[in-house]
Amino acid sequence: MSRLNVATVWLAGCSGCHMSFLDLDEWLLEFAELANVVYSPVASDTKVYPEGVDIALVEGGVANRDNLELILKVRARTRILVSFGDCAITANIPGMRNMLGGSEPVLRRAYLELADGSGALPQAPGLVPELLEQVLPVHQVVPVDVYLPGCPPSADRIRACLEPLLHGEWPVMEGAELIRFG
Amino acid sequence: MTVITLTIDGRSVATASGATLLEAARAGGSAIPTLCHLEGLSPVAACRLCLVEIDGDSRLQPACVTAAAEGMVVRTTSPRLAELRRTVIELLFTEGNHVCAICVANGHCELQDLAVAVGMDHSRLPYRFPSRSVDLSHPLFGLDHNRCILCTRCVRVCAEVEGAHVWDVGWRGEHCRIISGLDQPWGAVDACTDCGKCVQVCPTGALFHKGDGTEEKEGHPEQLQVLVRARQQGGAP
Repeated sequence: MSRLNVATVWLAGCSGCHMSFLDLDEWLLEFAELANVVYSPVASDTKVYPEGVDIALVEGGVANRDNLELILKVRARTRILVSFGDCAITANIPGMRNMLGGSEPVLRRAYLELADGSGALPQAPGLVPELLEQVLPVHQVVPVDVYLPGCPPSADRIRACLEPLLHGEWPVMEGAELIRFG
Repeated sequence: MTVITLTIDGRSVATASGATLLEAARAGGSAIPTLCHLEGLSPVAACRLCLVEIDGDSRLQPACVTAAAEGMVVRTTSPRLAELRRTVIELLFTEGNHVCAICVANGHCELQDLAVAVGMDHSRLPYRFPSRSVDLSHPLFGLDHNRCILCTRCVRVCAEVEGAHVWDVGWRGEHCRIISGLDQPWGAVDACTDCGKCVQVCPTGALFHKGDGTEEKEGHPEQLQVLVRARQQGGAP
């Protein structure tokens, strides 16, 4: 069987899911035999999301314009999109800003109300991506094929999801070991 | 004691007349999920997780408040019930703000366990992200409305077991929430005896001890059951 093209993507999350991925330790050597890592913040220098990706692990919610552009590109260029971790699936901690109701109160709170008197709202069009009004779970923006919950999902859980996919099978995601949130 | 016989999930179950379908089903080995129900408190059928199918009745009935009857034929599992129970759990998750990763009850939460039980790996409903408050006015305990699912266990344990009736349900619809006293800060309610029974029976992290950090709150509803049984028998636990 030919090697699959695998990508990992980091949207609005803490990178903890990626750290957990690195916790796969020696299995990463087996993984490297089965897959080409074609795009990843922890395992590739490629800056542009490529065409023809077989499996993408997407960490984080969709929080700003960069996240939105990237996830649309990921969906268009990927066969199997895995929503990777609680932030991707529920918006989780980044999503707690949604309770403030929109991006403007969030920016005001962070840059003006909590500043020591010299605060200013960030304004750098084209450089600093604008916040979306709400942080959204990935599946509210694009269709998702597999859900891999956890904050972060443990290395064992990631392997239980990824290993069948690499062998052309669908993972059975059920039970506390595999789908418990948190 | 009159004994009645009914069929639950294809098995013949004998139970005392006056038993609920939930009691009969559990005695007969059928596992019906529940959330608002707690042995020792009156049933209220608020959460709708225990709905079952009864032959000859087109409507689903909550097992916790439906009396078992002679000859009844009951199903506690079916594709329809499984779909309905998952939807109930998704509604509870999306209606409030349940962020498991940073919750005091993470790992010991009945809502989190039920999400696993119903196979919820994501919510098909959009999250509402409502703006809700936290009451930290009590010296020992806190109430985080973000995590409250309005099961009313706290209301019932305080009124029925402690006899203080500190808690009630205020407002309606999306504004519905648990209130203390006459919608006063919890710490300002003289009727509260500081017993902590409400915290012990809360199925989520909504009611907690102020010292609890993430993952540190474990409810102990079984302590309530020991207390209630001891009172019924008139002796010490």
